[in-house]
Amino acid sequence: MQEKLLEVKNLRTYFHTFKGVVKAVDGISFSLGKGEILGIVGESGSGKSVTCFSILKLIEEPGKVQADEIWFQGKDITAASEKEMTKIRGKDISMVFQDPMTSLNPLYTIGKQIEEMLILHEPQMDKDQRKKRCIELLNAVGIPNAEQQLKAYPHQFSGGMRQRVVIAIALAANPKLIIADEPTTALDVTIQAQILKLMKKLVQERQASLILITHDLAVVSEMVDRVIVMYCGKIVEQGPVDKIINEPSHPYTIGLLDSIPRLRKEQDRLDFIPGMVPNMYDLPSGCLFAPRCKGCKDVCRNREPEMKTVGSNHSAACHFPRIDY
Amino acid sequence: MQNMLKYITKRLAQTVLVLFVVAMIVFILTNYIGDPVSAMLTEEATYETIQELREELGLNDPLPVQFFNFLKDAIRGDFGNSYIYKQPVLQLIAERMPATLELVTITALLTLIIAIPLGVFAGAFPKSRISKLIMTGSILGISLPTFWIGMMLIYIFSVQYGVLPASGRGSTVNVLGLELSIFAKGGWRYLVMPSITLSLAYIATILRLTRTGIRENMKQDYIKFARAKGVSSKNVLFHHALKNALIPVVTVFGINIGKMFAFTTITETIFAWPGMGKLLIDAIYRSDRPIIVAYLMITSVMFVGINFVVDIIYTIIDPRIELR
Repeated sequence: MQEKLLEVKNLRTYFHTFKGVVKAVDGISFSLGKGEILGIVGESGSGKSVTCFSILKLIEEPGKVQADEIWFQGKDITAASEKEMTKIRGKDISMVFQDPMTSLNPLYTIGKQIEEMLILHEPQMDKDQRKKRCIELLNAVGIPNAEQQLKAYPHQFSGGMRQRVVIAIALAANPKLIIADEPTTALDVTIQAQILKLMKKLVQERQASLILITHDLAVVSEMVDRVIVMYCGKIVEQGPVDKIINEPSHPYTIGLLDSIPRLRKEQDRLDFIPGMVPNMYDLPSGCLFAPRCKGCKDVCRNREPEMKTVGSNHSAACHFPRIDY
Repeated sequence: MQNMLKYITKRLAQTVLVLFVVAMIVFILTNYIGDPVSAMLTEEATYETIQELREELGLNDPLPVQFFNFLKDAIRGDFGNSYIYKQPVLQLIAERMPATLELVTITALLTLIIAIPLGVFAGAFPKSRISKLIMTGSILGISLPTFWIGMMLIYIFSVQYGVLPASGRGSTVNVLGLELSIFAKGGWRYLVMPSITLSLAYIATILRLTRTGIRENMKQDYIKFARAKGVSSKNVLFHHALKNALIPVVTVFGINIGKMFAFTTITETIFAWPGMGKLLIDAIYRSDRPIIVAYLMITSVMFVGINFVVDIIYTIIDPRIELR
């Protein structure tokens, strides 16, 4: 078993709104090994992003983060103060956001924004070293003429280029873990593959771990080692990527996979998951997926399923997981 | 650089056009507000005396001819003599300008020093009780009329407690060719009430604008990204959010400085502050057209100048904006 970098136990992030409590993340536990690439998959609103922001304690009011334990690099950061967190953010755990058009500050140059990371987390560096490092980073993410581009402003860059800059910023302080929140969703399809390959390469070179949040299973199958599938704030299935893609156990995962068009298969209509994601203010009792599930039985409506092992390192939260491959 | 040159030329051409239009409007309007001759002569003046004076002032010429004569002189820098004071109007205005400039400068500084920190605070902690107090106060600042505030201040601090002078400018000292009272001993005491009176409404506007800007920007992705980079909440607020929030503030503040010049007329009248605004009011009462025309043209030049500076500041703050 490889060494653990991050271990989350029973993480709950609730938003106490005027209309009621939204359990955006409800009791999820997972761990991440050193150098591992983990994919978190789910529909919009399934709690993928909230999970990651919760780890960094970047949840705004009225959200509240609670967890039994969050271990990072052998330290429990569950009760870390804001001051301790600012030292972890960027330095140990950095993030890449979904929309590169808005994640850079429009009023500062690219150089300044990368340098900010170094000023914060590498205080021993002097100005020349920082500049050298910025150029190295821009070269690493494949931006030509790095030295001139340091003086450029975000609006002079295209979306793909900006996302490269964001990745450069995320890598600047050599973090142990990078969390990428749908890093290619806002990009052109032709750029997506480039950016993903680049991220994977850079992460592996630096022996960092990566959490890749996405709703795109195709991305997952190419990029990650292990997958967590989330539905309505809970983990419904987790396991090694080949198991999840080839032998999915949970009906939700099966549904997600069936809704991907296949090029080599004759098919009149695409399969889909019937129904809608339930209202987060009014979740069904029993299994949250029961109302949309084809194999739903009485027990599913009454009792919440527990995580069951369905294979090696592979588990699913379903009363009737599919294991007959 | 070439852009800059093109921009300045364009602005200068606009200024000339603006001045021409201002002069024309003032000429047409002052023609209707009253006859300066009646203010210059006594009631017993004979018809002949009146006609003589009208002839001498050129008031018997048709309006377009008067306007043309004025323009001819104005191009040479001669805006004529005041009907009442019998002195060149430019000299009259120049004598009073330092007082107004001083009042407006102090007011503008006061506005910035008070409004921006309060606005940032109210934007960063919208739920705090102090923020709510600030916001309620700002509504008062916007809605209370200037003259009323001025009169109340005089009543409280001059009449009741006698701690601050109610009118005038006190003694002045000459600083770099300008007669200023702030540097004179005790001179600041004369400035306190006029500048507070004048600044209240602007403090309220700028404060609210800053607050809205901060609140809006704090929700942006780049703020969250900055936080994810490990920037402390204080630096996120002052380095990332404030600069973005200030862009609209700069525009409005520029306009407000122009308005301060205009509204000094009221404040200067209340506090008998010997500035340009008071001169204008007196001139309007007596239909002293040369003063009115020259005053308005000078304020127009100021407006254009302030806007020019605002445009330049814009390009410094926001790299996405270019001079056009």
